[in-house]
Amino acid sequence: MQIRLNGEPHALPDRVTIHALLDTLGVASERVAVEVNRRILTRSEFTVVTVKDGDEVEVVTFVGGG
Amino acid sequence: MRIADKELGSRLILGTGKYASFELMRSCHEISGAEMVTVAVRRVNLTDRSKETLLDYIDRDRFMLLPNTAACYTEEEAVRTARLGREAGLSSWVKLEVIGDEKTLFPDTEALVKATRTLVKEGFVVLPYTNDDVVVAKKLEDAGAAAVMPLGAPIGSGLGIQNPNNLLLIREAISVPMIVDAGVGTASDAAVAMELGADGVLMNTAIAEAKDPVKMADAMKRAVFAGRLAFEAGRMPRRLYASASSPIEGVVGSSTIS
Repeated sequence: MQIRLNGEPHALPDRVTIHALLDTLGVASERVAVEVNRRILTRSEFTVVTVKDGDEVEVVTFVGGG
Repeated sequence: MRIADKELGSRLILGTGKYASFELMRSCHEISGAEMVTVAVRRVNLTDRSKETLLDYIDRDRFMLLPNTAACYTEEEAVRTARLGREAGLSSWVKLEVIGDEKTLFPDTEALVKATRTLVKEGFVVLPYTNDDVVVAKKLEDAGAAAVMPLGAPIGSGLGIQNPNNLLLIREAISVPMIVDAGVGTASDAAVAMELGADGVLMNTAIAEAKDPVKMADAMKRAVFAGRLAFEAGRMPRRLYASASSPIEGVVGSSTIS
């Protein structure tokens, strides 16, 4: 299946939880915010919400800025 | 200074952008005495998973993170970014930016006021980056902004305080803290901002692009301190003509002309 991840197509073998997705990407879940189809998830939802084919996922974090 | 429910021990707020290295940034933050730093909210770079990230260099027990909505050009983008920032940082403070022009990075004040209203209703502590227009400043305060942050000059321009009289007008008109944000280039600019009655100063480029950023951070700490002291001391009046500081009588060789 395929999702759109941070604006780019991303292939996934199966439906996975956000937590699992972040894990395979090597992203620490405590330092990010995640949107699935424009809805911002709370951190507690990461292990519960799964992504399905066609979902738009945004994973953001803090970077340097003024 | 006090903003919303938080007491800050420093009147200086620093940015985290444009530094040559995270290590340098950290040294500057430490010497500056600041207690709050701004951060931007961006997509995680999934291709370049370098081990070190910004947050590794910010001690969150010492510095409060203030997420910004930089590069947002609409109310919707800014509100969305603010919400993401809150979720990522688990704090509801936000430096709200709604940019109206790419070249000057001046704010779209119409959208800014609307976004402020929306976010305040959602429980955010909103610190809007705005222009030096007293009408807009009052609207932002009415919309519930916890502080108003007028620019001294365009972001990253280093031009200093371009319109000191406008800042005086804002200071007079609003009750929430006024934090001069943007345009500071060197220490005297920060001192001037404080002398005009600002409660604090927010800066990034002035330190990050100095030849010796650590030294400049130190200078800024002192400048903000000096400027605030001078403000509290109450300056002397300005005069058109001279007013001698030394007595005019008793000069050797002088005589009175009868």
